[in-house]
Formats: sequence, structure tokens, C-alpha cells
Amino acid sequence: MSEVTTAPVLTAKDFVTDQEVRWCPGCGDYSILAQVQKVMPTIGVPKENIVIVSGIGCSSRFPYYMNTYGMHSIHGRATAIASGLKAARPELSVWVVTGDGDGLSIGGNHTIHLLRRNFDLNVLLFNNQIYGLTKGQYSPTSEENKVTKSTPFGSIDHPFNPLALALGADATFVARSMDRDPKHLQNMLTRSHQHKGASFLEIYQNCNIFNDGTFETFTEKSTKAEQVLFLEQGKPLLFGAGNNKGIKLDGFTPKVVNLEEGYSADDLWIHDEKDIYKAQILVRIFDDPKTEGHLPRPFGVFYETDRKCYEEVMEQQIAAAKAKKPADLDKLLRGNEVWTIN
Amino acid sequence: MMRKEVVLSDVVIKFAGDSGDGMQLTGSQFTNSTALLGIDLATFPDFPAEIRAPQGTIPGVSGYQLRFSSNPIFTPGDLCDVLVAMNAAALKTNLSQLKKGGKIIANSDGFDAKNLRLANYSEAVNPLEDGSLDNYELIKMDVTKMTREALKDVALGMKEKDRAKNMFVLGFLYFMYNRSLDNSIEFLKVKFGKKDEILNSNIKALQAGYNYGDTTETFTTTYSVASAKMEPGEYRSIMGNQSIAFGLIAASQKSGLQLFLGSYPITPATDILHDLAKYKNFGIKTFQAEDEIAAITSAIGASYGGSMGVTTTSGPGMALKSEAMGLAVMLEIPLLIINIQRGGPSTGLPTKTEQSDLMQAYYGRNGECPMPIISASTPSDCFNAVYEAFKISVQHMTPVIFLSDGYIANGAEPWRFPKSEDLSSIEVKVKTSLEDGEEKLLPYKRDEKMVRSWIIPGTEGLEHRIGGLEKENLTGNISYNTDNHQLMVKIRQAKVDRIAEYIPLQTLDSGPIKGDLLVLGWGSTYGSIKSAVADLQSQGKSVAHAHLRHLRPFPKNLGEILKNYDTVLVPEINNGQLIRIIRDVYFVDAKGYNKIMGIPMTKTELVEEFGKYL
Ligand SMILES: Cc1ncc(C[n+]2csc(CCOP(=O)(O)OP(=O)(O)O)c2C)c(N)n1
Ligand code: SF4
Ligand SMILES: [Mg+2]
Repeated sequence: MSEVTTAPVLTAKDFVTDQEVRWCPGCGDYSILAQVQKVMPTIGVPKENIVIVSGIGCSSRFPYYMNTYGMHSIHGRATAIASGLKAARPELSVWVVTGDGDGLSIGGNHTIHLLRRNFDLNVLLFNNQIYGLTKGQYSPTSEENKVTKSTPFGSIDHPFNPLALALGADATFVARSMDRDPKHLQNMLTRSHQHKGASFLEIYQNCNIFNDGTFETFTEKSTKAEQVLFLEQGKPLLFGAGNNKGIKLDGFTPKVVNLEEGYSADDLWIHDEKDIYKAQILVRIFDDPKTEGHLPRPFGVFYETDRKCYEEVMEQQIAAAKAKKPADLDKLLRGNEVWTIN
Repeated sequence: MMRKEVVLSDVVIKFAGDSGDGMQLTGSQFTNSTALLGIDLATFPDFPAEIRAPQGTIPGVSGYQLRFSSNPIFTPGDLCDVLVAMNAAALKTNLSQLKKGGKIIANSDGFDAKNLRLANYSEAVNPLEDGSLDNYELIKMDVTKMTREALKDVALGMKEKDRAKNMFVLGFLYFMYNRSLDNSIEFLKVKFGKKDEILNSNIKALQAGYNYGDTTETFTTTYSVASAKMEPGEYRSIMGNQSIAFGLIAASQKSGLQLFLGSYPITPATDILHDLAKYKNFGIKTFQAEDEIAAITSAIGASYGGSMGVTTTSGPGMALKSEAMGLAVMLEIPLLIINIQRGGPSTGLPTKTEQSDLMQAYYGRNGECPMPIISASTPSDCFNAVYEAFKISVQHMTPVIFLSDGYIANGAEPWRFPKSEDLSSIEVKVKTSLEDGEEKLLPYKRDEKMVRSWIIPGTEGLEHRIGGLEKENLTGNISYNTDNHQLMVKIRQAKVDRIAEYIPLQTLDSGPIKGDLLVLGWGSTYGSIKSAVADLQSQGKSVAHAHLRHLRPFPKNLGEILKNYDTVLVPEINNGQLIRIIRDVYFVDAKGYNKIMGIPMTKTELVEEFGKYL
């Protein structure tokens, strides 16, 4: 989160560049771009103070389409570049755009370390459960048995649960949204920005060329109500047509209950973003929607907490050191033991 | 008692013991006391590969070689005059480096049956007793027993008391070389300030060692070395890595650029991180990254943000950073990559020195990816060389590779430190707005140096995007155009080549401008080459020495210099790397001399080698 200053009123158009957008027609990245462009004028940060850093992948083309400062870097390293940038320039609003391969495979290491250090920046992980740019290999979030060009007999890998991973790395803000729900996505982008500390926002993104429809059950009108659980702070976990169902905690186990069958909202799990224990259970609600008796997939802010940001403490240490011992280059070069030759 | 004082001009002492014996500290204390007397010196610490190899074994031996002289010297010496051996393994490892007739100061307690066995001496044979050292002057003393005796009133456990053994030895050497204890006592006070008993035991042991020499009638001779005739001025002692840290701080201060160091610990580069981490009062930001790649990419992020990004590492880390170096070449932003070379390949010889990463620096990246390369030749030279590397990086908007090595990193020498006002200025140009008549930002527009502008986030109206994909000339937009790619490859090369217009011409370190032999060196071979060449010159031989700081681009006049000698010889601690580049660039039939043993070249071997061409 950067300081709010009075800037001229901008609109989404001000964030559009003159570069032709090169994603495949129908790609979920278009919607995400549109939502980011809509949100940016509303966050109160001057355009020149916004920096978007990406790695490599279809998703990582993002900075070229945003009229802010931006760097399209190398595969997997956007998180590390952004960490250095934020350490050097704490006042900037830094956004990392990364893919499931970029951020969780080749760059997985930097992602977890960024989260534990809690730099105050926003990580947008475009999860399409596939390697788009390299034309359709399975990714670390692809489901088991996935048949792709590199796994003609089905993949053997067990996938990451990105939010559980983020929470395991002690992220201070963990959220999920989807390309096909513009309002929700805008809201989550705003929340990511508002959070002071590293925000990890996973965005389900359809790759209509190599993995079309992976998230269909969550995004299509016909199934969405049954399959998606929108999290709202202080509210019971409700879902289903007309919110007729809810989630109840039975000990540590979440259970679906039907409000038309004797349960009331009072029986339900009340969402509390600040509760790390509940968040641990929430991120684990990650069932395959094809399995019998599965739970709906949660979307929204799973967890948020306050923790000191790396760059902030770094600045404090420097200020304290300067106050204690002013910089004196000659004194440094001279040291304590000097002799003179005449 | 009558005691005579002998004045010597040149002494080499090797302190050797188990890595737990504190020989590095003993050596560096003796070094400091030597330096303060204005005696010229050079050191060579020789660390074991393992941090804690089993006590008493040969892999556990740690050494510190110090040479001091009343004449200017440039190497820590080929052979030693004095060998301090704290145990049998230390003697076994170092005896071959001792001059015939040299002194051995042996801690007899370190030669018991167990130590002899650990050092692979056959059980019954104690070299201190069997006459095998008759060709040397052997001084046996039971350091352990005497230290314990001296500390009998100190309330510490036996183990702690034994830790002060090295101070006893130091005290004895101070006696031998007529030194005062004051400086070391001051040092101990600072080091152990709050730990009274430990401070006390160290000081007592130091004094006991001195008194042992002073009161025992056996030692009838003491030695002294006069101060050297060095250039007048104020001096201090400096080690290579420390010198790099200071150079970076100085350049940061002079340029007004915040210094950001992204680093991942690796021998022998880590001390730069340690050093810079101390100087937060200079606004320096150090970041111990999760790996080598994050170390360099975080530095790239910082440079992109308008700081001077630096990363420090050794060969294996260079390998990991190479993709990111390519990114920095494409982004055309400042960045300094410091490689303290060690023995390779792979993990190789972490604690030993080598110059085998020059090809890696030149060519070790994908694509046509030229970067300037600068090297340092001595510990104090690191300061100026890194200062220059910083400057080139900022003023030419390019990542720069800086090469040092393990030998320079850990070596110490006297340094006539500069005054900050005498350091050259480092002008930094940052673009803050469009100029008159400039309609649209062209991020890859270049000036007369072929350098693009540094435009940092936060600058209103100059928002733009950069990245690792090939960029269109001027606009910096992504371009797959075939002609454009060829143009950009040529531009990036020409930009680096053009730096030759802005760096000093190559000079000769010594020797005639035309002659039989030119010895062309780079890096840490400086001292050995210089000394060997001086020897031959004093015999009237026609030999000159040139030592390169700028390895890419080469100084403009280097080709001319090479033509003036019948033979060009390139000694390197590698299998022949600079020589290949020199042959390639200048078509000269240069000869090589290559020693790849993890240790520096000696003057003696070089005199012999150079002699073959004279
Ligand atoms: C070092 C390196 N290895 C491999 C690649 C090839 N590569 C480019 S993008 C990519 C995967 C991208 O997948 P993801 O991050 O999920 O992005 P998406 O294209 O799906 O948005 C790979 C393997 C590369 N660019 N660099
Ligand atoms: S390949 Fe997939 S992810 Fe990439 S642009 Fe096309 S649709 Fe989007
Ligand atoms: Mg993907």
C-alpha cells in the first residue's frame, strides 16, 4: 500500500498502452487486464508510482499493456526483482504478475521467500493450470492424470494447492478470485492493494487454447452457485441457490448443511479473515468438484494479518544507524590503526 | 643477560596449527603490529577446506603466511624463514615450504602419540626427537603446559584456558621480533570487552609468552626489521574483500547513489556481505537473498529503481546468475557483479585460489551478450578497481563483471588510503522529463557514448516498459524484426567496445618499451610477476611487465604494446584463458604459463620460466 496523494482523476483508459494486446482471443487474461485497468485509477496512487513486474509466460506479457512503469523480466524471477525494487524504493506500489509455472515452478523459491519476508507488494498469480506460452504442458497446479503434450499417459505429479502453499510460507494476505467475475476480481485487487504487506492473490484464468474450461464449474452460471463459496468477513459461509446451504465446522471438519433442513445461519462457520487456524482449514477446502460429496471452492480473502514489512524494518535500521553514527567516509577509510611514513 | 639484536631486511613467518588453534588471529595480530611500524608486508592466509575437520588431522590445518620487509615487497614470499607449528599435522603440511636452516617453533604438546598418529607419522617416530629436523633450528616449547601454568589463578575451565595458547605463541614472537604488546592488548580489550576472565586469560598468556622468551636464557638473539621506504603518507592495513566493500561505499557516497547488495553466502566472497552489512549508517541496503538468482535479480530490481545494484559471489554463483546478467544487458541498466574466483569447476576448491572464470565472464551467457570486465590485482587495488567498475556501470548503463580471487580476498597489505575529496567524482545522469522538442519518450535513444537514459519509476510522464525480449531500436518496444535484431546486437556490442575510449591507456608496470619479453598478467599474479621481472631486470635482462585491469574492452593501445616484444608470455592460474582471448583479438603468438594448483605462483618459478625466453 502506498501513500495516498492527490492526483489528477484518471480512468481505465489512462492505463491502456499503444501496444497491441497479443493474447489469444477469448483468453482470460483480457478480463484480468480490464479489471486491473479499472482498479488502478481508484487506488489513489499516481500512475508514475505504479510498477508492474512480471516473469515469462502468456500472463507475464501484462506489463506491456499497462501504462505504468513495468518490467517483463525472466522466467520465475519477477518476485525477486520486485523484492529488490521494493527494498530500494518503498514508496512505490509494486505489482507482480506471474503464472502458475512462473510463480510456482521455476520461481517457486522466490515466491515463498517473498511471502515470508512480507514485502509490501501484490502478487497476482494467474493460474490457468497449464503452461500456456510453451503451448500446453502440465503445470505444478494441473490435476493428477492430466493428459498434455508432455504427459500423453497422464501426469503423475501431485499438484500444489497455491493458497495452502502461501499460507505455509506465512503470507499475510491470501485470496482467490477468477477472471470471469469482474466485480469480485476488482474487489480482490483493491483489497490486495489495501493490505500492507505481501498480498497473494490467486486468479483462476481460463486458457481457452490449451486448457479450456478447467474452471468452468466455478465460473458458469449453471454451476457457480453450487460450486463457489464466496467468503465475506463476519458473514456465515453460505452458498447454493438462494444461499440455501452453508458450511458448519464439526470439530475441525467443515461440513455442508442445508438451511432448508433445520439449520440456521447461526449454526454456520462465521468467516474471520484474521483467524489463522480457520484459514488453515479454509485453504484446505480444495476438493475436486468431480468427486461425490465435495465442498464448494472458496473465493475471497482467506486470511489477512498485520506483520512488519521487510522494507520498513530495513529503513528503520538504516535510520537508527545513521542517527547513531553519521556517515563519514574519511573516517571509514582511515580505520583505527594508521601509521605514517615520512 | 647479554642479548644481541640482529637487523634483518626480509622475514617470512608461517603460522600453522589446527583450525581451532586461532592461527588466523595470531597471524593477523602480528601483521597489525608489523604494519604499525611502517614495515612493508604481504600476507597469505591458507584456510582448510572444512570448517571443523577432525582436530589434529592434516585437513584441519590452518595457516597464515606473513612476509615483512624493510624493502617494498609484492608477494608473501615463496619459502618461510620461520614456521610456527602448533601440532604435528601443521609441521607435516608446511615443512616443505620452510627454507633450509629455517626456524621451527613447535608446540611439543601437539606432538604426542595421538597427534603424531593423526598426522600420519608412524607411531614411534616423533620428528621433534628423531633428528630428522637437524637441518633446521628447532625451538621446542610446551605451549599448553606453560599457558596452563600462567593461567593457574584464572577461574576458567581447562578447555577455555587452552584457547589462549595462541596468545602465548604470539607473545613469544613479539619477544623474538622486539615488538610491543600494547597494540594486541588494546585489540583484546575491544574483542573481549565484557568477558573479564577471557580477556584476562588472553592478556596473561600473551605476557607469559613474551616473558618466557625474555627470561629464558636460551634465547640470546632477537630480531628487528626496519621500516620500509614506501611513498610518504598515511597507511593502514587492508584485506581484499574489505577493500571492495570500502570501494563500493566510497563510490556510493561520491555518486549519491544508494547501494543495494543482493548476495547469497559463498566462500570466498561472503566477507563483502558481512562488511557491507555493518555500514547501514552509509544508507547501504544489504539483502541476503534465498539464492544466487534472487541475489542478482533483487539487485536488478534495485538498479531499475535507481539504486546501484551489486551482487557478490564466486564461480558457482556466477553460473546461476548468468540468465539474469543477460536480462541486465538487455535492460541496459547499471549493475555490478563481483566474482571472487575460487578453484573450479563445480564446487571445486572453495578455499583455494584460481583465475579460471575469465572465459565464463566473457562468454558464459546465452546469446550475444557482451559485458565489460574489470579485475583487481592486489588487496588495495580492489578499492580503485571496484570504484572504476561502479563508475563505468553507471556512466555506460551496463552491467559490469568484477573479478577478484581468493588470494586477493584474504590477503592483506599496507594501503595508502585516499582522502574522500581526492576520489574522482562519479556523475550520474537520470532523465527526469522530456526535453524541449522531444515529443515522445524513446527509452532506447542513445547519447554519444551509445548510452541510453536511466529513467526510474516515480518519474511523472516517463512511464514505459522494458524487458528481456528483443527491443526495437529507440522505442524499446518488443520487436521480432530481423534487421532490428542484427542492429541491436551490433549496438550492444559497440556500446561496450566504445568504453575503450573512456578508460586509461595501458601502461607498463616496469621494463623497456621494446624488448625480448613482455609478461602480460591480470589479477592476483601481479605481485609474483612484478617480483620475478624485477629480479631479471636487475640481471640486465630485457623484460617488461604489463598488468591488465581492463579485460573487456581492452585498453586501446594494448595491441601496439604487444607488438614491441619478441615474446608475449601470459602467466595464469588457469588452463590458459586470457591467452586465448589475446591470441584471438591481436593475432599474437603468445605463450602461456599455467599453474592450476589452487595456490599462487611463486617468484622463483616465474624467474625460471621467464628466463627460458631471455
Ligand atoms: C529459463 C527458462 N526456461 C523455460 C522457458 C520457457 N517457458 C516460457 S513460459 C513457460 C511456462 C509458462 O507457464 P505459466 O507461468 O503458467 O504462464 P502462462 O503462459 O500459462 O501464463 C516456460 C516453460 C523460459 N522462458 N525460460
Ligand atoms: S495460450 Fe492460453 S493463456 Fe496463453 S494467451 Fe492463449 S489462451 Fe491465453
Ligand atoms: Mg499457466
